[in-house]
Amino acid sequence: MLKHTPFYDFHVNAGARLVDYTGWEMPLLYRGIVEEHEQTRNSGSIFDVSHMGRLHFTGKDAAAFLNRVVTRNLADQKVGQSRYSLVCNESGGTMDDVIVSRDEKHWLMVCNASNRQKLVDYFNQTIQTGGLDVTMADQTESTAMVALQGPKVIDKVSAVLPVDIKALKRYHFESTSVMLIKLTVFRSGYTGEDGVEVILPAKVASMAMKMMAGATDRPDASLKPAGLGARDTLRLEAGMPLYGHELGETIDPLSAGLGWAVDLSKDFVGAEALRAIAKNGPKRKLVGLELEGRRIARQDTPILNGKNEAIGVATSGTFGPTVQKSIAMALVDSAYTNEGTMLQADLKGTLIPAKVVKLPFYKRK
Amino acid sequence: MDIPADYRFLQSHEWHQLQGDTVTIGITHIAADELTDVTYVSLPKVGAKVQANQHFGEIESVKATSDLYSGVSGTVTAVNAELTKTPGLVNTDPYKAGWMIKIKVDDPAQFRQLLSAADYEKKTGH
Repeated sequence: MLKHTPFYDFHVNAGARLVDYTGWEMPLLYRGIVEEHEQTRNSGSIFDVSHMGRLHFTGKDAAAFLNRVVTRNLADQKVGQSRYSLVCNESGGTMDDVIVSRDEKHWLMVCNASNRQKLVDYFNQTIQTGGLDVTMADQTESTAMVALQGPKVIDKVSAVLPVDIKALKRYHFESTSVMLIKLTVFRSGYTGEDGVEVILPAKVASMAMKMMAGATDRPDASLKPAGLGARDTLRLEAGMPLYGHELGETIDPLSAGLGWAVDLSKDFVGAEALRAIAKNGPKRKLVGLELEGRRIARQDTPILNGKNEAIGVATSGTFGPTVQKSIAMALVDSAYTNEGTMLQADLKGTLIPAKVVKLPFYKRK
Repeated sequence: MDIPADYRFLQSHEWHQLQGDTVTIGITHIAADELTDVTYVSLPKVGAKVQANQHFGEIESVKATSDLYSGVSGTVTAVNAELTKTPGLVNTDPYKAGWMIKIKVDDPAQFRQLLSAADYEKKTGH
């Protein structure tokens, strides 16, 4: 039985094509992946991201506990700040990538839907074993979450929410109330565009969505719904990792190019293994690839070095609707990561030239 | 939906239209919708031999890659060059402008063994 988010009826009424995404029945697309991608880059889109996990932490050991299970140093994190971070296993592999936010009386972690149960079990065990004063509440199903992304979002949302969104810095958030509805507004996203992500109570979700986005079904609407298909092409152009592709239990954050989100000077689960990797440098690293032509190097496509030797694999690939190129991310042997290096993608025996390029593929002006 | 009644089909969603001894092949709107926006179509060259139930090409979209199958054996007499420039024709006009290849068939009887429009609709649940 697939789970439904509070926006399920909205998706059905908007004519979405629904798919099973890690146990949730979610919209893959409403009108078309490329159209929704372009709508996001040119104006704005609203994405239901309620399937993502929302874990709430309180208790006097909450900060110390979180600082032990995530790679980023939270010690100097201020109230109203969010930080992208990794949760690692003892070998330095990635259990999940998350955003940790510090509110006045609690901490909040937003995690991937696919990893939510794994993290809940792991955190509960760590809390119990350590006898820590931490209360974890899984608020995923009592709340909803939407991402509003695109160049017109900030103006549009500023007009309806009593939050000075223009003054809200990236990776900061503010809680507010509108007609007794508590909303938390984060200046963040997963598309390469400016925008906000909003957490709200599940019961009022559809009403609040109408208020924020307005009439999303008009052809000239500045914000229209977009599905997981566009979310994937948008994040890929923006060079952002997706768990299960660029990150996984056997892929450490240093290899994935996320060293900036790992503080090796503090003690945390996986630190020792990551220090050893950092000492000699990762054996393989995540790179951006631009392929010649229109064919796509999808996940697990072998990457060759021009001498018929496999030196890596693609982790994600698509034809970028904005950049109009076949793009991919790949984990390759560190000897082949310099920009401009010519590699090949092995598409069932057809070798397509693939150039190592700087990430992201797309950066907003 | 808008499945042409005189076309014949494979369950893998390719349509076939017979004119004389030539069969034109493309993919149905159901397949085009399923793939989402098509970005690339790889087709054989004119003169290539195609075997029934063997793949003759590949189609890619922003979301997935899929093999293309022929329901008939024969020799390729034409390929739709427009798809190189505008692969999206497969989405916008799958039964006409989005055609892929024309095959001079070895045995026209093969065509009649393919699924009828009604059977295809039944098999695919549309």
